[in-house]
Amino acid sequence: MFSRPFPWLIALIAALFALVPAWAGSVQLRESLLLAAVYITLASNLNLMIGYAGYVNFGNIVFFGLGGYFCMYLVNDWKWNLVAAALVAGGIVSALAFLFGLGILRLRGAFFALATIGVNEATRQFVANFEPWGGATGIYLSLNAYEPLGGPRQALWFVYFLLVAVMALSLVLSYAIKNSKFGLGLLAIGENEDAASILGVPTPRYKTIVYSTSAFLPAVAGGFYFFKSGIIEPTGAFDLGLSIEAIVMLMLGGQGTIIGPALGAFLYEELRGTLLTLPTFSHFQLVIAGLLLLLIVLFAPGGLMGLIRGYFPATRKFFE
Amino acid sequence: MIGVLASIIDGVLVGAVYGLAAMGLTLIWGVMRIINLTHGAIIVFGMFALYFLASMLGLPPYAAVPISLLFGFSLGVALYWIVAHRMVGRPILMSLLATFSMNLVLIGLGTALFTTSPYNTPVSLPGLSWSGYTFTGTHIVAAAIAATIAGFLYLLLYRTLIGKAIRAVAGNRDAAELCGIPTTQVLSLAFGLGIALAFVSGTLIATLFPFTVLSGQTYQVKSFVVTVLGGLGNPAGALLGGVALGLVEGLATPFMPVSWIPIVEFVLFVITLLAFPRGIFSFSRS
Amino acid sequence: MKTNALRLLAAAAFFAAAPVSAQETLTIGFTVSQTGKLNNDSIAQVRGFELWRDQVNAAGGIKAGGKIYKVEFVSYDDESQNTRVQQLYTRLIAQDNAQFLFSPYSSGLVATAAIISEQYGKVMLATGAEEKPYRLGSKHLFQVYAPAGQYLAGALQALKALDPNAKIAFVYKDDPFSKAVAVATRDLAVKEGFKLVLDESYSPDTTDFGPIINKVISSGATALIGGGHYPDGATLARQLYDQKAGLKWVTLLVAPDSPNFSTLDKAAVGISVPSQWEPQAAFKPDFGPTAEQFTKDFVAKFSIGPSYHAAAGYASGMILQRAMEQAGSVDPEKVTEIFNKMDVITLYGRTKFSNDPKEHGLQLGHEMVLAQWQMKDGKLVKEVIWPKSAKTADILY
Repeated sequence: MFSRPFPWLIALIAALFALVPAWAGSVQLRESLLLAAVYITLASNLNLMIGYAGYVNFGNIVFFGLGGYFCMYLVNDWKWNLVAAALVAGGIVSALAFLFGLGILRLRGAFFALATIGVNEATRQFVANFEPWGGATGIYLSLNAYEPLGGPRQALWFVYFLLVAVMALSLVLSYAIKNSKFGLGLLAIGENEDAASILGVPTPRYKTIVYSTSAFLPAVAGGFYFFKSGIIEPTGAFDLGLSIEAIVMLMLGGQGTIIGPALGAFLYEELRGTLLTLPTFSHFQLVIAGLLLLLIVLFAPGGLMGLIRGYFPATRKFFE
Repeated sequence: MIGVLASIIDGVLVGAVYGLAAMGLTLIWGVMRIINLTHGAIIVFGMFALYFLASMLGLPPYAAVPISLLFGFSLGVALYWIVAHRMVGRPILMSLLATFSMNLVLIGLGTALFTTSPYNTPVSLPGLSWSGYTFTGTHIVAAAIAATIAGFLYLLLYRTLIGKAIRAVAGNRDAAELCGIPTTQVLSLAFGLGIALAFVSGTLIATLFPFTVLSGQTYQVKSFVVTVLGGLGNPAGALLGGVALGLVEGLATPFMPVSWIPIVEFVLFVITLLAFPRGIFSFSRS
Repeated sequence: MKTNALRLLAAAAFFAAAPVSAQETLTIGFTVSQTGKLNNDSIAQVRGFELWRDQVNAAGGIKAGGKIYKVEFVSYDDESQNTRVQQLYTRLIAQDNAQFLFSPYSSGLVATAAIISEQYGKVMLATGAEEKPYRLGSKHLFQVYAPAGQYLAGALQALKALDPNAKIAFVYKDDPFSKAVAVATRDLAVKEGFKLVLDESYSPDTTDFGPIINKVISSGATALIGGGHYPDGATLARQLYDQKAGLKWVTLLVAPDSPNFSTLDKAAVGISVPSQWEPQAAFKPDFGPTAEQFTKDFVAKFSIGPSYHAAAGYASGMILQRAMEQAGSVDPEKVTEIFNKMDVITLYGRTKFSNDPKEHGLQLGHEMVLAQWQMKDGKLVKEVIWPKSAKTADILY
């Protein structure tokens, strides 16, 4: 795998993320990069659905939220180990996605997109009424949960490294799929589903598999993220706004490429962080996000990577 | 028993307003195959219109209704030429994302201007009381206005030349063009109508409940549910769908905790999408 | 050699004799819900903070351990949202170097902020009534409000005196604070022998209370207890009036305590609210101004009367100052020690924190009063109706 240039790039990114904040000892930098890592994870996995298979999953955040809930529940109520809980949460959410996928992947285009919103909202409302998960109040993590990891400060660093690992895995996953027969089939579906089907691509199976796969890493990331937050509640876990921002990040960077979502997510996170504390502009991130998306959709559907690869064809080999 | 009946009636009253809200969405979809994700933002602006006209300028609240209709229409036509024009005929994903991004921009601007704090224009009208239950005057008037507007829309679509043109373009744009109908102008009119409907429904909703810049989201999602129930592209279906949704809410409320109602709605939404993609009340053959 | 030693001595003498009034700043960080659903009460709270800061700085600053500290605030708008609270408190600690923290307003946001403050070991004074955050093993979190469990005890007692057979409908917002109060009150109501005819929570986004009110009417309730915060409480009150629900007793949380509630006019009459503090409260403070003085200063500065949120905000500043003065330092651990032992009376009432590790920081000393809106000489005023020892008017039933 490391014979080609791109995997080295992934390794480099992961190394930078892991080492720079640690070496600088900066908590603020770590917080900022942690969010970036989460966004990159979300955008990359979303890319599998939107960029490869051409199915717009508006409600993608439901994986993140559900993964978070399962993990928090296992850690808080059943005293499980964090990594184990997150992995199991990822597995459960993937399985649920598989089941749901069988149903809603029969819908095309806009109908599918709307249905994913419906799934997200229905899940949110359900969880808000589900008492074992705290209902609308959510789950509050007891501070003792940080003890096995050496106390809160250590735990926060540990979770950060875990999230960097998940981010790296997301990029590797995108790469692996793209270079496989499965990935080829997905891209064919994205181009023209009916033609692909006639040419022998097992479309229903592939769609369901990619939907389920695109759920796993976001769910694991959700588990780690909400553990770090110490609290999970329905509105924050199933935030449709964040779901949409993941799409913006993906489109901004360049859907269909691997580095695209990473680039888009990183840039977007930086923008967001800067706007967060400016009083007049604190909600301008939405305006800017909207304008960016509009411009991209109208004039540069390939996003930043599309532009770069268009103007500098030599980079195509390096930036996949 | 009387409680259930009262709940149903209340649900139907509010449902008429939901239906009005959805009519705009479904009209635009039916005529130009665009799912307008700025729908929620338009509704919110309609709500603020009421606040601006009634609370700040002191006009009687219901006078805001015709003003909203006119303003909404002009806004819609303007939006058509700025954004929607490019979206017609493009892949659906494109228009979804484009209208969605417009929504982000509009809501973002709205939040910057008005913040997410609640606004309220209290409207008080004597209601009808019956066996201890009161149907507030505002609910009754809102439903009446919604039904009236729906009636006018029907008349417009089925009894006027313009309406005929709209239906022709909705059916087959090229054929209509060949028949000499200025399709682009018609499309802009239809879009304007759709936006006007969304806008005025916001104004009506604001007479009933308080709102924030983010309230549009709830009503947009409700509009989707109603549109799917009634069949995308079918305005009459939208009104019926709205009433049906209101009915479901009213029927369910006495029997389950109120917080479960949205779950029922969404499950209904997903099931309808899967089982009845053309809508339960679909009259058109699209 | 001798000259060097003399020089060293001189230098040492110079530094030792440095004036005691070395000015330092004390940075206190917090978020405010400037916008969003909680803005009404959060802004009241911030005003309390600001009045305290202005008075302290005008008096020269906080004198602790031989140093004088000028108080400075760093604050951001959390827009009443949990996600922003997390990010902003992390920023306050890591980037703005806040030494002490005030919490945001409302239990839900307090819980979120508390996790951050505990992760970094900072002292935070919290203005939220929910008890959960104190049961998670916190060490530096201190509750200024009386806990949720106590909120409606007074209301139930008052109701019992009027009509022990009242049929109660519980209608409350589905959020940490209101739920905590509802659960505690429900148990109390059952113990007191009341009949509970309805028990339902509504989503925080609810703007249409029609369906729930119809349910209340169907249940035949004569009393309604619940609510949440300002926007939903105010809307619920208005819609109850519009729909002529015919209740003889309505107690709502938080909303009716705000002076803005009077805009509801006739819909406000008779509605009672459990309050952490009222301007008419006649406590004899161990230090600081009386309630009357505070109210006067507040009105002079902000042209509006103080609600209990403002008083609590002011009190937070005062007890923090007191703790630092007594600790003689601004070290969080030393201040925490003082808080653990504190038992004082201020304009706000009695303040004492629990040391039990299972609920460390919970407020033990503070008590609630019940206030009610009544018509007096054609004008709407808020009177204290319970406990009997503190009342300023008779109950309207």
